[in-house]
Amino acid sequence: MRAAIVFLLMLAPPAFAQSALPPSEYANRQLADPRQEKNAKALMETLRCLVCQGQSIADSDADMAGDMRALVRQRIEAGEEPESIRKWLVARYGNWVSYDPPVEPVTWPLWAAPILLLGAGIYLARGRFKRRKSK
Amino acid sequence: MMAETGFVALWMAASLSLLQLFLGASALRPGNEALLRPVRAVAVAQGALISLSFLLLIQLFLATDLSVKLVAANSHSAKPWLYKFAGTWGNHEGSMLLWVTILGLAGAAVARFERRLPERTLVATLAAQAMIGLGFYAFLLFASNPFERLDPAPLEGNGLNPLLQDPGLAFHPPTLYLGYVGISVAFSFAVGALVTRDVGPAFARAMRPWVLVAWIFLTLGITAGSYWAYYELGWGGWWFWDPVENASLMPWLAATALLHSVTVLATRDGLRAWTMMLAVVAFSMSMVGTFLVRSGILTSVHSFAVDPARGFFILVLLGLYIGGALTLFGLRVGTVREGTAFDPVSREGALVANNLLISAILGIVLVGTLYPLLVEALSGEKLSVGLPYFNKAAGPLALLLVAIMGAGPLLKWRRDRLRDLLRRVRVPAALTIAALVAILMLAPGIGVFPLLGLVLAIGAAAASVAPLWKRNLRRTPLFTWGMVIAHLGIAVSLAGMAAESFFTKETLVAAKVGETVAVGPYDVHLMGVEPVAGPNWTAIEARLSVRRGEGQSFILAPQARIFSSPPTETSEAAIATRLDGQLYTVLGREDSEGRWQLRLWWKPMVTLIWLGGALVALGGLFALIGRVRRERRAAREREA
Repeated sequence: MRAAIVFLLMLAPPAFAQSALPPSEYANRQLADPRQEKNAKALMETLRCLVCQGQSIADSDADMAGDMRALVRQRIEAGEEPESIRKWLVARYGNWVSYDPPVEPVTWPLWAAPILLLGAGIYLARGRFKRRKSK
Repeated sequence: MMAETGFVALWMAASLSLLQLFLGASALRPGNEALLRPVRAVAVAQGALISLSFLLLIQLFLATDLSVKLVAANSHSAKPWLYKFAGTWGNHEGSMLLWVTILGLAGAAVARFERRLPERTLVATLAAQAMIGLGFYAFLLFASNPFERLDPAPLEGNGLNPLLQDPGLAFHPPTLYLGYVGISVAFSFAVGALVTRDVGPAFARAMRPWVLVAWIFLTLGITAGSYWAYYELGWGGWWFWDPVENASLMPWLAATALLHSVTVLATRDGLRAWTMMLAVVAFSMSMVGTFLVRSGILTSVHSFAVDPARGFFILVLLGLYIGGALTLFGLRVGTVREGTAFDPVSREGALVANNLLISAILGIVLVGTLYPLLVEALSGEKLSVGLPYFNKAAGPLALLLVAIMGAGPLLKWRRDRLRDLLRRVRVPAALTIAALVAILMLAPGIGVFPLLGLVLAIGAAAASVAPLWKRNLRRTPLFTWGMVIAHLGIAVSLAGMAAESFFTKETLVAAKVGETVAVGPYDVHLMGVEPVAGPNWTAIEARLSVRRGEGQSFILAPQARIFSSPPTETSEAAIATRLDGQLYTVLGREDSEGRWQLRLWWKPMVTLIWLGGALVALGGLFALIGRVRRERRAAREREA
């Protein structure tokens, strides 16, 4: 897995051109630009560490989480948008990797739930209000 | 002998539970009034026997009796005393026995002390409790016997999961279980009232203390659990929207809604059916909290010692409990009239809005937790639902809820006028706007959620204490103080969450010994890295000399620990707590060039999160004492 990611990273020359360090260095080191680091951090908190028990890559000690952090930071540094990195990862690992479920037919019920729940609640509560004055 | 005695006591308690159910059920038949009294005695005897059984299991763990399979699998003779003791419930069988013991004791307490309810309703309540208990007894006796022997006995035990070897274990699970059991008692009251068609203010006043007790313990359990995960997992996170966390949050949300609706029922005889429904929902959620975690179908960072073979039994039990509760509710709710209706602008109106929003948030958490399981079961597609979903879906509702929390207590019962309310919230509203302007000026670039969170927290804190305004504080009832403190606690906690999410400063470095790095207002100097050893672990420890500005320097010593049995690596964060926040330091690995990985965070105001939680629980305690006292006084006056 690590080899595969390193290989894929080599396909992103801008990231490499700017950094003389081995790619995994970014696993535990911040980007120099605070704005870029903030974006990278926000993205990392919403990506699942694929080998862990329910942790994001932003808070896992696993090697693979470190590799994925490095990948995210490299691509952010190279100027890529966070959502495009997420798409790239989802294309490779499936929706399992992103804690932010996409809006597509399979997740419609999930995204409709808040509105439906609130609607049902209001419908149920409606009867409690003053149809008659106090009895 | 001790294990056999415990096992016999468990069987006898289970038989008494069955007796309690049948005796109770037949006592409710017309003409069987003579059977009403003995039901109380049976409940007390059951409580005594199950306590004996649990005490014997504790004794087996304290003595490390390795001929008992459970002890051999989960304990070790060299373990510190506290973890032998707490290890009794640091495993599946022991924690189930703890659950049913608390249930038995609660049943005994109801039987012994409850005098307000009509005798028939009380007996129906005890019968319902016996029925809940029977599921647990069956589970213990047929699928998870804690007293099973091992022959021949091993020379040494396997030890306890190192992540659990923490003082947190001694009280986190019992606290949550007290909460779940309290909810189940409240639910039993609801069943009793539904069976005898006795839903009204008297019943609500009998149920309320149990809801309050449950709610206090759930609040403490979640708060302590969050802090435990925060310092133990070593990444500075305090809430992960992990399925196990959600499973403990849902009963708390349901109990919070129930607490507020039972107040409407007790005070104004309104929301009868609604309160019954919430009792059913709260019970279902506490069963989900107890069992879903142990069923092995969730992927979680907090799940320990899950045995998938038991999963089926657990799911059947879960289905029976929730299905049974819903069926009874469906059959009987038609006979419950909703009671007094009221004006939208009134205290009751605000409490309904509270219930509505909490229920919607509860629904969102439930859907977010279970929907991925459903999709995977049906289509095989694996979906992750986490922080972004819950923030987007539940965040706005939670903020609205906090605003209503601020305004609600300033409304009058029955009916009020919007103009009067606006006059009463003048000061909090002005403070909110001032806070908005100040934060935008001092911290430009703050995100929408942290901004609204901070601003609302300040406004809600001011509104929370407003009910005390111009009142004689000495004559203000204790339960009013309770409400004020609990609401203030929510505001304090929200301020902590918002501040933590926006103001945290992070420094991740690979540092050589002798190097100094900055994080927030601190300079951290890596003095050295040394090996150290504990009773059942070895560790690498960093010595950090930390200094804030020109202040006195102090030492922090984060460790990377290695436990031998079972082999596990953990990182022990070193945390410095100051009035305005926490400095959180973690030691990582060494790289090929001899530099040590350090993770440092300065988290301003982060402690407010748990301080707020503690305030909420304290408010609950005040409300409980205040209510019980007033009930006592009312009872004395009736007698006089």
